[in-house]
This record gives sequence, structure tokens and C-alpha cells, in this order.
Amino acid sequence: MEILKVRNLRKIYHTKQGETLAVDNFSFNLKEGEFIAIVGPSGCGKSTILSILCGLEKASGGEITIEPNLKFGYMLQGDNLFEWETIFKNCLLGLELNGEVTKEDKEYVKHLLKTYGLGEFMNAHPSNLSGGMRQRVSLIRTLATKPDLLFLDEPFSALDYQSRLAVSDDVYKIIKKEKKSAIMVTHDISEAISMADKVIVLSQRPSTIKNIYDIKLSNKSTPINNRKAKEFAKYYDLIWKDIDYHV
Amino acid sequence: MFSAEHKAYLRKIRLNKFLIRFTQIIIIVLIVILWQLAANFGWINTFISSSPKAIVNTIISLYNDGSLFHHIWVTFYEVIVSFVVGTLIGIVIATLLWRFKFLAKVLDPYLTVLNSLPKVSLGPIIIIIAGAGTGSIILMALFISVIITIMDVHQAFINTDLNKIKLLQSFKANQRQIFIKLILPSNFQNIISVLKVNLSLTFIGVIMGEFLVSKAGVGYLIMYGSQVFNLNLVVTGIILLAIMASVMYYLILFLEKRLSKK
Repeated sequence: MEILKVRNLRKIYHTKQGETLAVDNFSFNLKEGEFIAIVGPSGCGKSTILSILCGLEKASGGEITIEPNLKFGYMLQGDNLFEWETIFKNCLLGLELNGEVTKEDKEYVKHLLKTYGLGEFMNAHPSNLSGGMRQRVSLIRTLATKPDLLFLDEPFSALDYQSRLAVSDDVYKIIKKEKKSAIMVTHDISEAISMADKVIVLSQRPSTIKNIYDIKLSNKSTPINNRKAKEFAKYYDLIWKDIDYHV
Repeated sequence: MFSAEHKAYLRKIRLNKFLIRFTQIIIIVLIVILWQLAANFGWINTFISSSPKAIVNTIISLYNDGSLFHHIWVTFYEVIVSFVVGTLIGIVIATLLWRFKFLAKVLDPYLTVLNSLPKVSLGPIIIIIAGAGTGSIILMALFISVIITIMDVHQAFINTDLNKIKLLQSFKANQRQIFIKLILPSNFQNIISVLKVNLSLTFIGVIMGEFLVSKAGVGYLIMYGSQVFNLNLVVTGIILLAIMASVMYYLILFLEKRLSKK
């Protein structure tokens, strides 16, 4: 079932010097439980798309149809944890902003923290955690409000390469286990192929869709294993050519 | 429990700390002794430069006629009132400027002009408006500290991490929630630094006010002393001020430690 439909999305940025067409003619559908990755060169307007879908920015044109009562969760670049609060309080942030935090909410957050290996850090402050753990806290903070659809904006870009692989594996498992749909923006092609069911490739600014790939890997499992699939290199090659990086 | 090497390391740290404290004390003791000796042997003119003994005697005689704590209290009261009121007004206005960006843009040139204006020049007007008394002194101190508080706190507020604001917005937070959850706590350190600056500005304002109009207070002592050419009284006043200012400074440090611990 399709829970999100985007038709001909268009975004213009205005500055005193003039206007810039950031996104144009952008359309796609998202099915329930699907994981979509959007890749494209840096600064092509990928993050803009997420901001618009999430309601933080207004589109200049196009149509967005969202299934009623669909709840969003937004995971931003960087973990943005509040250093002055404990891990537990950080995770409750979204709930506190939306009203009373019930006992069930608290239990749910505790359960999430315990399930994903952060139980003993509940009362620690963020500065005591490693980059990967902080990223997991950031995801739990997003999951605490029980969203149906997650927006991930370059969620791992602040991490070093090894933690990046490990954390993306973690995050992927969490998202699949909690049965969430997700849209992830990234500039990392292999990350996109290894995690997503569908990869949308964007062009340079103004961002239009160059290609959409349904990722079909043999023995599809976790991102780290997916990287070993024999089709992986083929997709990588295709997307690389689409993006057409210039150095 | 610890290895010998670690113990030696700890000892070195303690020794270093002790040496610093020791040297600090030695310096002040030496200055006082040298000053007194210079006065005793007539190397300096005690009529102009006073002496430690004369200062102690002045303090004792002020204490005996009951005016010592009265003067200290008057100045202390003026400083506390202006400091608290000034800080609160400053933070409230800075909050309004953060909330209403239009207002901030409109007021920007006025604040800049007011900030660079030497506030002493307002003295005569303040006296006419508030009368020759404590009111004028507090108003003077407020003028000096409020403008800079507004500018500093506002600057800190608008420099808050935009990504964190975006995060709160993605949770559909309103402006009030953003302020309480993020802007205020994330700027705790900045507000403490503003408090420290504010304290010394308030002292400047209060003493300046007391120089202009006053019947009591440490500033009054200094002014009175210079008018009757009693330099003992002037230096005594300065030393009292130094002690009061440091006591208040350490109070803020204490407050900072208490609040940031929890």
C-alpha cells in the first residue's frame, strides 16, 4: 500500500542575488515498510526534499499526498543530543514536546534503550558515549514518538568509516525490527545500495530524478552482508555513472 | 591501590597547587610589609600614599563609630539591587529580541548608540529624574549594565545551534518550548559569563553614582576622603571595594558550580 505520494515537487530558494531552482519535477511513491534511499552529489538539494516532506519548509510547487494519521520521525545530520540532559531525558524529548509523557511512554523508551544496548547508559550524559552510541540514541529519540515513517538525513556522515558500517547495520536492523518505513538521504552510494529497497538518483542542481533502481540482491540480509552480494558492484557502477562526479 | 608512579604524579600535582597558593600569599604579605616599612622609614609620604597600619586604624575607628558596616551595607544593597534587576531586565529584553526578530532589527542601531555612549554623561539627567539619592545610583548602575547584557545575551541566543532548533521543529515544538528546552539551557555558560561581566559593570555604576550623589556608601567614603584630603580614608574605601567585589565574584563561581553539577 502506498503511504506517501509525491508529484512534481518543486522548490525555489530566494536570496537577494536571485533565485535558485533547487528541486524540480521530483516524483516518487513510498510503500508501507519500504526503505528508499535518495543519492546525489553534495549540495544538490537532497536534504531540502526531506525538510519539505516533514513540513519544515514549504514547497514552491507540486503535490504531496500523505496517508492520513501518518506520523513522521526525522533523524538529522549529526546526533544533536543535548549535553546537559541524561540519555534517558534526551530520548524523551519528542514525547515531552508533544504533551504529557505517560508511564507507558517511559517504559517504551527504557525498553528501546535496553534492547539496543544502551540500558546501562540511561542516566549517563551524552559526552560519555561513543559516536556510534550517540547515533543510536538519536534514533531511539526519533523512535520514541512511534513514527510510521522515518526521514534519515545523512545520518552517519559524522562517523568514521568503521563505525559508519557498524552503526548503519544497527540502525537498519532497528528500523526493520520496528517495522518502519524510511527515506534516507545520503551521498554514499554503497550505503544506499546496501540499505535500501529502492534508490533514487538525483542530478546536479536543480535536482531532478536521473534514475530509480529497485535493488534486487541475492541473499538480501543486513547492510554489511548485502555489500558482498554479486549484484552490488553492478548497481554501484550504474549509480556512479548516473551521478557523473567531476573532480 | 595506586602504583608508585601514579602516587608520585598525584603528589606533584598537589605540590604544584600548593606552590601557586604559597607564592600568591607571599606576594601580598611582601607588599604589605614593604609598604609599612617604607612608611616607617619615611621613604614615602604617608600623607599621600597612606600605610597599612593607618588603613587598619581607619577601619577600626569606622567600626567603633558604627559607620563601617553601614557604608558597606549601603553599597552592597545598591550593587545587589542593580545587579539582579539589571540582569533580569537584560535577559527578558534579550528574549523578546530573540523571539521578535523584527524588533531586534529595528532596535539594533539604538542599542549600538546607547552602548557606545559614556553613561556618566547621563548622570545629571538621572539626578534630575530620580532625585539625589539611592534611586539615582541604582539607575546609573542599571544604565551601565543593562545595554551590554541585552546585546551579549541576545547574541548568545541567536547563535544557538540551528540543527538543534531544526530537531525541535521536527518534533513540532513551538517558540516557547524551543526557548525553554534549548535556548536557555544551552546558553547556561554564556549567561554565567554575562553575570561576571555584569557584576563588575554594576560596581562601576554604583561607585560612579555614589561619586555623583550620596550620603553613605563606600563610594561616598572615597569621595569624602578626597575632599577633606584624608588619603587613609580613600585607600581604605578602595580596599573595602576590592574585598566586596571578590566576595561577590566568588559567590557567582559558587552558584555556577552548584547549578552545573546536578
